[in-house]
Amino acid sequence: MKSLVLTNPAADDPWKRRRQQSLRWLVSLGGFAATIAMTFLGLLAITFVIGRVVPIDPVLAVVGDRAPQDVYDAVRAEMGLDNPLIVQFIQYVGAVISGDLGMAVTSQRPVAEELARVFPATLEMATLGILIGVFVGVPAGVLAAARQGTWIDQVIRVLGLAGYAIPAFWLGLVGLALFYANLRWVGGPGRIDIFMEGIVPSRTGLLLIDSMLSGDWAVFRSAWSHIILPATILGFFSLAYIARMTRSFMLEQLSQEYVITARVKGAPERVVIWRHAFRPIRIQLVTVIGLSFAQLLEGSVMIETVFSWPGIGNYLTNALLNADMNSVLGATLVIGAVFIGVNKVSDLLYRILDPRAR
Amino acid sequence: MSLLTIENLRVSFPGEQGAVEVVKGISFELGRERLGIVGESGSGKSMTGRSILRLIDKPGKVTADRMEFDGLDLTTLSKKRMRALRGARMSMVMQDPKFSLNPVMRIGDQIAEVLSFHSKLNARERRKRVLESLEAVRITDPERVYKLYPHEVSGGMGQRIMIAMMVILEPDLMIADEPTSALDVSVQAQVLDIMDDLVTRTGMGLIIISHDLNMVARYCDRILVMFNGEIVESCQASELANARHPYTQGLLASMPTLDEHRDRLPVLDRTQLGGV
Repeated sequence: MKSLVLTNPAADDPWKRRRQQSLRWLVSLGGFAATIAMTFLGLLAITFVIGRVVPIDPVLAVVGDRAPQDVYDAVRAEMGLDNPLIVQFIQYVGAVISGDLGMAVTSQRPVAEELARVFPATLEMATLGILIGVFVGVPAGVLAAARQGTWIDQVIRVLGLAGYAIPAFWLGLVGLALFYANLRWVGGPGRIDIFMEGIVPSRTGLLLIDSMLSGDWAVFRSAWSHIILPATILGFFSLAYIARMTRSFMLEQLSQEYVITARVKGAPERVVIWRHAFRPIRIQLVTVIGLSFAQLLEGSVMIETVFSWPGIGNYLTNALLNADMNSVLGATLVIGAVFIGVNKVSDLLYRILDPRAR
Repeated sequence: MSLLTIENLRVSFPGEQGAVEVVKGISFELGRERLGIVGESGSGKSMTGRSILRLIDKPGKVTADRMEFDGLDLTTLSKKRMRALRGARMSMVMQDPKFSLNPVMRIGDQIAEVLSFHSKLNARERRKRVLESLEAVRITDPERVYKLYPHEVSGGMGQRIMIAMMVILEPDLMIADEPTSALDVSVQAQVLDIMDDLVTRTGMGLIIISHDLNMVARYCDRILVMFNGEIVESCQASELANARHPYTQGLLASMPTLDEHRDRLPVLDRTQLGGV
C-alpha cells in the first residue's frame, strides 16, 4: 500500500478531514440556496411575462375605461409601464422581494395582506389532508402489496380507483348532505361557526393552532368540526394516490433479490416487509407525498367552493373572474413558491434517506 | 444418514396453456459433501435450489414424494419452523451482491440481523460475531467495512460479505446459486477458495449451482447435470470426462482448451436431445 502515490493526503489527519468535510457541506448548502434563488427568479420571470401578455390593461383597471387620455398616460407613467421591459422586470423583482405584490383591484387592499389571510386556511386543510393521506394511504398500500390478490388487496384497489373516478364536488356535496345536514356530526361550510369568528387573535392564521394557543377550546372544537369533513375528503383523494403508488412500489420491491436474501436469513414476514421492502421505497414515497401535498396546497378549487372555504383556490378563482391581475399573479407566485419549497424539502429528505445520494 | 434427501421433486408454474413444469421429478441425496449442479439457463437448477429452502412463491407449485433435511420433513414443516431453519441451519448465496444486499442498510447491520433472528445475543456480542465473520472471509479491516453501504464495496467483496452473512451461524447446508457468475474472473477463484475453506472447516454440505463445468469440476466432489428439468447425468467430479449422456458430452466438447487448435467450436445438437 505504501507504493500508492494517489492517496488522499488528508486521509490520516482527522482534523484536516473534518475541515474538508465541513467545507463540502458549506459548498453543497450554498449550491442548494443558489438553485432555490434561480428557480424562484425563473418563476418570477414567468409570472411577469404572463402579466404582460394577457390582454388585461392594468392601467384601465385603475383609471376605468372612461378616463381621458392624459390621465391614462400619467397613470401609465406612474406605474412604470413606459420603461423598457427589462427595467420593469427588475422593478417587479425588487417589489416582490420587499413583499409588495400590488393592490387587489376589487378590495383595494394589498395582495400580500390578502394572501397572508387566505393561504393559512388552505395550509391548514392541506396539512390535515396529507396526514390522512400518508397515515392511511401508506399502510394500505403496503398491506395490499403484501396480500396481493386477496380480498384486502381488491378492496384497497377499488378504493384507490374511486379516488380517481369520483369528482371532488360530488363527494363534497354528498358529505355535506349526509354528515352535516342529516347526521349533524360535523360543522357546515366555512372555517368556523359564524358567532365564533374573530374571538381568538390570529397569530399563525391556522385556526386550530391559534385557538389552542389561546386555550379557547370551544373555538377549537368549532374549527375542528368545520375542517374535518373537507380535510377528510381531500385526504381521501390523496390517500387513493399514495396507496396506489405505495402498492406498486412495494410489489416491485418484493421481487427484489435482497428481499429473498432477507427470507433466506430467516427473517419474520413483518421484518421482510417493513425493514427490507419498505425502507428502500421511502425514497420514492417522499416524491409522491411531496407532489400530493403540493397539489393540496394549491387549494382544491372544487372543495373550497363547495365548503365556502376562504382558501387560496377560492381566492384565485374569484380573482380570475374579476380580472384582478395583481391578485392572480400574487396567488400564482405563492403556489409556485410552495412547489419549489416542497420539491427542495423532498430533495433534502432524499439525501438523508438514500445512502447512495449522499 | 444423508443430510438431504430429495425424491421426485417437481416445480411448476401456471402458464397460458396449463401448468409448465420446470423441474420434472428429480431425486438426489446429499451428504456432507460438495455437490455441483450444472445446466444451461432454464434447466431448472436454480428452481431446485430455491425449492429446497421453500422459497418458491405462489403461484409456483412444489411437490415431492420426499424432501428431508437432517430427518426433518421439509414438505410438511410449518412456516415458523421453516424460518427457524433458514439462515441458521440452511442458507443460500445468490448470484450478484449488487442485488442481493439491501442497498439502504449498513453491511454490518445486515449480517447482525441473522444473529438477532436466531440467537439471544446482545448488541455488543452480535457486533463482535459480525466482525469475526468478516475476518473469516478475509476482509482485513472489518471495523471499516461494518459501516459501509453495499454500493461502496466491490463485487468480490460484496460476495464475500454475502458468504459471511450466510455462514455466520455455521449452517449444515449451504446452496450457492451461481456464486461467481457476476464477478470478474480475477476474483472468482478467490471467492471460491474462501467458500471451499469454510466448507472444509465447518463440514457443511454445499450445493454449487452453476453453468460453469470447469469450475464445478474443480470445486465439487460430485456433479449432477440438469437439462430441461431433469437430471441427465450424475457422476463423481473426477469422472466427468467419461460422461455418457449426449448432452454432457456435447457440453464438454464445446469447451475450448489451451493446447489445441480448432477453427470452430462444436455446437450442441439439440435434435438428438429431444424435449425442448
